[in-house]
Amino acid sequence: MGGLTRLILPLEGAAWPPGEHSFASRPLFPGVLPDWVNNHVAQAVIGAILVIVFWLWMAKGQTIVPGKKQAVGEFVYDFVRNGIARDILGPDFRRYLPFLVALFSFILVNNLFGQFFFFMFPTFSKIGFAWGLALLAWLLYNGAGIKKHGFVGYLKHATLPAGVPKPLWPLIIPLEFLSNIIVRPLTLGLRLFANLFAGHLVIMVFVVGGTLLLTATESLGGFPVPLLTVAGVVSILFSFAIFALELLVGSIQAYIFTVLTAQYVSSAIAEDH
Amino acid sequence: MLPLASESPLGPLLPEHPEELFVGVVLFLIILAVVWKVVVPMFEKTYAERTAAIQGGIERAEAAQAEAAAALEEYKAQLATAREEASRIREEAKAQGAAILADMRQQATEESSRLLANAKAQIDAERASAVNELRTEIGGLATTLAGRIVGESLDDDARARRTVERFIADLESQPAEHA
Repeated sequence: MGGLTRLILPLEGAAWPPGEHSFASRPLFPGVLPDWVNNHVAQAVIGAILVIVFWLWMAKGQTIVPGKKQAVGEFVYDFVRNGIARDILGPDFRRYLPFLVALFSFILVNNLFGQFFFFMFPTFSKIGFAWGLALLAWLLYNGAGIKKHGFVGYLKHATLPAGVPKPLWPLIIPLEFLSNIIVRPLTLGLRLFANLFAGHLVIMVFVVGGTLLLTATESLGGFPVPLLTVAGVVSILFSFAIFALELLVGSIQAYIFTVLTAQYVSSAIAEDH
Repeated sequence: MLPLASESPLGPLLPEHPEELFVGVVLFLIILAVVWKVVVPMFEKTYAERTAAIQGGIERAEAAQAEAAAALEEYKAQLATAREEASRIREEAKAQGAAILADMRQQATEESSRLLANAKAQIDAERASAVNELRTEIGGLATTLAGRIVGESLDDDARARRTVERFIADLESQPAEHA
């Protein structure tokens, strides 16, 4: 069961100081399967399964008067349906609702993995996953815009705001193209990745550093051992606050990614004003 | 750890394994398919049913309200009819009472006038008979008186006058038996 132990050993071999190397994936079956079959891919798969199971369970046996389980499901569903999709997309929201629900729940579960004792690692701090979702969001909002306005019509819609005087066109069109077509998916992916990467790094600083301080047996940098122990205790205690903060950040990032995707779709399918 | 990530100038901005991107996309598409085909339709179906149920409830309540209003209307109409009927009956009774009263009064008047007429006729008859009797009696008395006057003295004026006066006094003192 080499695969399993490689999957569930969080912070294994965490070397001080934490850095980019702390985010390296561990292949589950080195030599047998390709290296990309690693613990982080596995936890992404588990996250997807959890999301699917959650939604299927919540959708099953629904009644007009909701029970406790259904109330929970409807709370999450309505959060995306009414709080994001309907608010931003208006009456057309039903077409994009499945994408947004899937997006929000998939990102949220994988972000919460950062605080989940089993993995202790937010999947989207591996940027490949974030790029994947950003790519899909990019395809979605551009596709929606092209479907609505036609290819040329959409390009015009996306790059030329109404009412811009002709002399400014050479300036505005490239800027708008850059901003709306190129930069949007990049910022979408980067924002998600960077928040979780940084958050996980801070957690490791406090947890791994605190552990090092706590277990120090000889004075370090001129500080006596008891002081190091106290500092270690404080550091570990403080890491709980950071964990709480990261719970918040992970949820907010799932929300922001979904809201921005909806926003981009909304602006792509908007009537020219 | 692959050298790709750490040695690239982009650092962690490049995926450690490009397959991550692929895996992320595929996983998301699987979730999307399930959510799209199963989850959202089921939730929306429940919501639609709930809306229908609430709307149906409202419609039912409205129907019940309309029914109650109609019943009230009918009841009020019935009440008005009954009131009208009652007042009509009262009026009728009053009129009937008045008619009966007038009838009775008339009957009483007729009766009394009849009694009066009877009494009058009787009195008249009695008076006639009394007058007759009196006439007869006065004749007899006059004869008797004449006899007495003649028997005693016809030229004694004073005596004759006294006799007549006595006679009249007798007449007056006599009780009116058949008055």
